[in-house]
Amino acid sequence: MTATPAVEGWFTTGAEPALLGSRCTTCTTVYFPPLTAGAFCRNPACDGEEFAETELSRRGRVWSYTDARYQPPPPYVPVTDPFEPFALAAVELAEGLTVLGQVADGYGVDDLKVGAEVELVVETLYADDSGDRSIWRWKPVIELGQEADQ
Amino acid sequence: MSTNSVAVLGVGMHPWGKWGKSFVTYGVHAARAALADAGVAWSDVDLVVGGETVRNGYGGYVAGATFAQALGWNGARVATSYAACATGAQALDTARARIMAGLCEVALVVGADTTPKGFLAPNAGERWDDPDWLRFRLLGMTNPAYFALYARRRMDLYGATQEDFAQVKVKNARHGLENPYARYRKAVSVEDVMSSAVVSDPLHLLDICATSDGAAAVVLTSADYAARHGLADPVRVAAVSTVTPTFPNTVMDMPNLSTDSSAATGEPERTFKESIAYAAYEEAGIGPEDVDVAEVYDLSTALELDWIEDLGLCKRGEAEQLLRAGDTTLGGRIPVNPSGGLACFGEAVPAQALAQVCELTWQLRGQATGRQVEGAKVGITANQGLFGHGSSVILSV
Repeated sequence: MTATPAVEGWFTTGAEPALLGSRCTTCTTVYFPPLTAGAFCRNPACDGEEFAETELSRRGRVWSYTDARYQPPPPYVPVTDPFEPFALAAVELAEGLTVLGQVADGYGVDDLKVGAEVELVVETLYADDSGDRSIWRWKPVIELGQEADQ
Repeated sequence: MSTNSVAVLGVGMHPWGKWGKSFVTYGVHAARAALADAGVAWSDVDLVVGGETVRNGYGGYVAGATFAQALGWNGARVATSYAACATGAQALDTARARIMAGLCEVALVVGADTTPKGFLAPNAGERWDDPDWLRFRLLGMTNPAYFALYARRRMDLYGATQEDFAQVKVKNARHGLENPYARYRKAVSVEDVMSSAVVSDPLHLLDICATSDGAAAVVLTSADYAARHGLADPVRVAAVSTVTPTFPNTVMDMPNLSTDSSAATGEPERTFKESIAYAAYEEAGIGPEDVDVAEVYDLSTALELDWIEDLGLCKRGEAEQLLRAGDTTLGGRIPVNPSGGLACFGEAVPAQALAQVCELTWQLRGQATGRQVEGAKVGITANQGLFGHGSSVILSV
């Protein structure tokens, strides 16, 4: 069974997944999460009320990173028992904004550095009655020559 | 003292801890202590402002009236504020503004809380449009995880170490030893911090503040009332800054999943936290060089270092140097968190910003026994909470 996104309309799936933002057609400011119907541009200097759906850069630079060593409280949905720590990263994109995400399965804080390049992937977050639910995650980009260190 | 300046006539607190009582009990205790400290009769109070608590039912939502009723209805006007960690400062600002407008003379500001154990979690229910709910559901992003992002940046950009963060805890624990209102009054070593469990890398359990029960209250009056009371030179409120961020807010903030984009507008002149302090300095007509003592929101040890820079007490990236040189300890150039800070208190959300004001009042009066910053004339507070709330209060004598 194919996983469905845990939240609808925030990212694409497939071979080259991307976050979906809203770009103001007046001032070009990009918003993520995407804006809902009836939204207006939050740039106080802009009167824009029309937005185009736009795919955000699939790669970005790590603004900072951490991990969760203890199980977060609900509405976090536990996926393993006992809890297994996971890493988190805030990533600066070319569109001028920083987006949080979990870090891809198999990677931890030792694989990250402020300024390092990461790439967006889509992985399973948890399962509910409708099956697996997926989420965007940040995966460290291993540069040529560094493979031996990993 | 100008005619429309506002005096801090009295301050009072209930000790922080886990006491298992109602927030009303704590709030009334602090209120009565503040009134006694001011020498003001409850019947003289013509405005009560409560800091709302969101975890104690309807009485908490209407905290101003809850405290007024508990003290015995006296016909005072009432207001209630909620601004996350800045709740107390916003309540203080409401009282100050009515006094400055001549709409009241004597205001009692009270914040009190009873808090749960462990991570602060969002309210129950499915809310797919609430970032405070989504951050837990989609990312498992707790408050300490945000604190850890800021801490890690200090390490990767400025060469901070986990030992530096531990030294902040060691300092604040030492400061709080003699504070009768502090919950934790025990010396802590760097090794204690480093050997405590990592919660969110790079932060250990002892780098992160607990949540506590507690209450703080402040009696504000007009200058005229203070003078009639025989106080010609009381502690004064020089500034209350409660500014919101200016677009684009480009620093990742709780509980958001992203920042604003700066691509179309360019980078803002100041970050949100810098702008909180800037507005306070501007209102008080002073600069960072005039500050003798600071009470800042050390939700984590590393955040204290961020605040030192946000307040302009040193340049960006230099807070570790101040710490290592002993500048921020009692007896140093600019003591930070002489009360012991959140490290010794644990956070009681609606009371905490008022507790900072209580501490500065004692400091400026020379009454901070065992933790006095000698000769302090100007003090500044700083904090930041969820959803674009933050505050900075400047007191002076």
